[in-house]
Amino acid sequence: MTPSNALPLIDLRELRLVNARALLAHGGTAPLASPEGSPLDYVQSVIDGLCELSLRDPLTGLANRRQFRSVLEREIDVVARSGQSALLLMLDIDHFKKINDAHGHPAGDRVLQAVAKCLNACVRPKDTVARYGGEEFAVVLPDCQVSFGQTVAERIREMIEALRIPVTPLVNIQITVSVGGAYAPEWIRSTAVLWTDRADIELYRAKTAGRNRVSLGSQLVMSVSAEEKELLFGHHALSESGWMDHMPVDAPAITPNSEPQNANRAVN
Amino acid sequence: MNDLSTPRQYTLAQVPLALKPHGKVLAVTSGKGGVGKTFVSANLACALARRGHRVLVMDADFSLANLDVVLNLTPKVTLHDVFTGKAKLEQAIIRAPGGFSVLLSGSGMVEYARLTHQVRDDFMKIIAGLVPHYDVVLLDTGAGISDVVLFAVSLACEVLVVATPEPTSLTDAYATIKVLVGQQKRQIVRTIINQTARVGDGRAITRQLQQVLDRFVVTESGQTTRLVHMGDIPADPAVRQAVMRRQLLMQMAPGCAAGLAVAQLALKLEETVIPLVA
Repeated sequence: MTPSNALPLIDLRELRLVNARALLAHGGTAPLASPEGSPLDYVQSVIDGLCELSLRDPLTGLANRRQFRSVLEREIDVVARSGQSALLLMLDIDHFKKINDAHGHPAGDRVLQAVAKCLNACVRPKDTVARYGGEEFAVVLPDCQVSFGQTVAERIREMIEALRIPVTPLVNIQITVSVGGAYAPEWIRSTAVLWTDRADIELYRAKTAGRNRVSLGSQLVMSVSAEEKELLFGHHALSESGWMDHMPVDAPAITPNSEPQNANRAVN
Repeated sequence: MNDLSTPRQYTLAQVPLALKPHGKVLAVTSGKGGVGKTFVSANLACALARRGHRVLVMDADFSLANLDVVLNLTPKVTLHDVFTGKAKLEQAIIRAPGGFSVLLSGSGMVEYARLTHQVRDDFMKIIAGLVPHYDVVLLDTGAGISDVVLFAVSLACEVLVVATPEPTSLTDAYATIKVLVGQQKRQIVRTIINQTARVGDGRAITRQLQQVLDRFVVTESGQTTRLVHMGDIPADPAVRQAVMRRQLLMQMAPGCAAGLAVAQLALKLEETVIPLVA
């Protein structure tokens, strides 16, 4: 007996899995279940493998931008509910273009891989290290106290500075990174865009201050975000005559989960 | 760094709370200073006293207390003497002009403006000592959202947030409410909007605060916090007169617009809050 709302049964043998298997064969994911065993297990392992591939950066094995985004969204939720502080670090390899120009792109790739490995070694298992793009990396640190944030950011900077990355048998490269960081505002449901914008601004500060340094934004302990202010006053310009002039009774001024109109305004 | 020499700095999530809020204890807070928190506390106490309640107002603002200024009192014995063991609690309780009791903090209390273990314990003991003797204990907290303010509020079972329609005041009130929801899991916060220009402004402001709260602040259980609008106090020249003369509005001009609003506020408290907390 099958319930009437069950999915129609499919014949697994009709699935075209050639492309997926080819992808997984070189993807470095966990080996597939044996096709001779349970067909369900086999298909499940193909799906799991594809999911894993879709979340990972192929060059460095780090979380890719897609996974980074979802981790960030999840963390915003945790912070809004628990008030735990969470830190987002953005890192950029200093003068990376020069390495590519001087030693070629394979050398650049080696450097990226070495940095990825080093970052993974510097953080806790619950932290997420992602390749944000190009030579830019991001680290999400849940449950991170202010004093710990500075320490871990400095540690990353020092460890990377101490690396000697062999790009050819004869050449070791030394690099530095600039690190910018921002805490998620406690108790507030922020947005991924606002949070990364703030971390990016700190990264920009670290860069303009001379590179190979850390710049962390102060924790937004008690501030009210620009978004919240916008919603408090933005829709109804205040006038001397009072609030009621601008406020239709019972008209919802805000739709739940609406994205901020101008994300950049929250950055200050 | 020596932990004894530097007062401990808490992040908001770490500020200790009272183990259990006391019934009868209502905290009056605001975020921003200068919005009439002490004015509301004192005049509300007077209005409640007139309705037959035994009321005490405690100066829970240790750094910049001005309840004594509002009431034109110069006490010989203050909370400071109680904290330092020089006097008993009963000796520091003074009869205020409006028929209620006050516990004034005294200038020496600045040194208690940081929340040490000692301050917490003393504070809790004092509240526990007061509660049996009164129907309502109003805690007039300091401005801002310091650890002492948060702790004081955590001693109260109900919290009244005073704000004016000015954007700065609303922002600070909102910030305060947000912390009270997050840190103390408050499910109900009551608002009093002071210096309103027109009838209905306060209710509209509370509704706007509620909308932003619903959008941005989520409690652990996923419940939303409810703001309850307790009343408006209209802008009224008589208030300024009373403050300048250092008299209670409820004594100087109880029939003026603001005075009537305070009386109404007392009624609403008597109807909705006091039965819950008694």
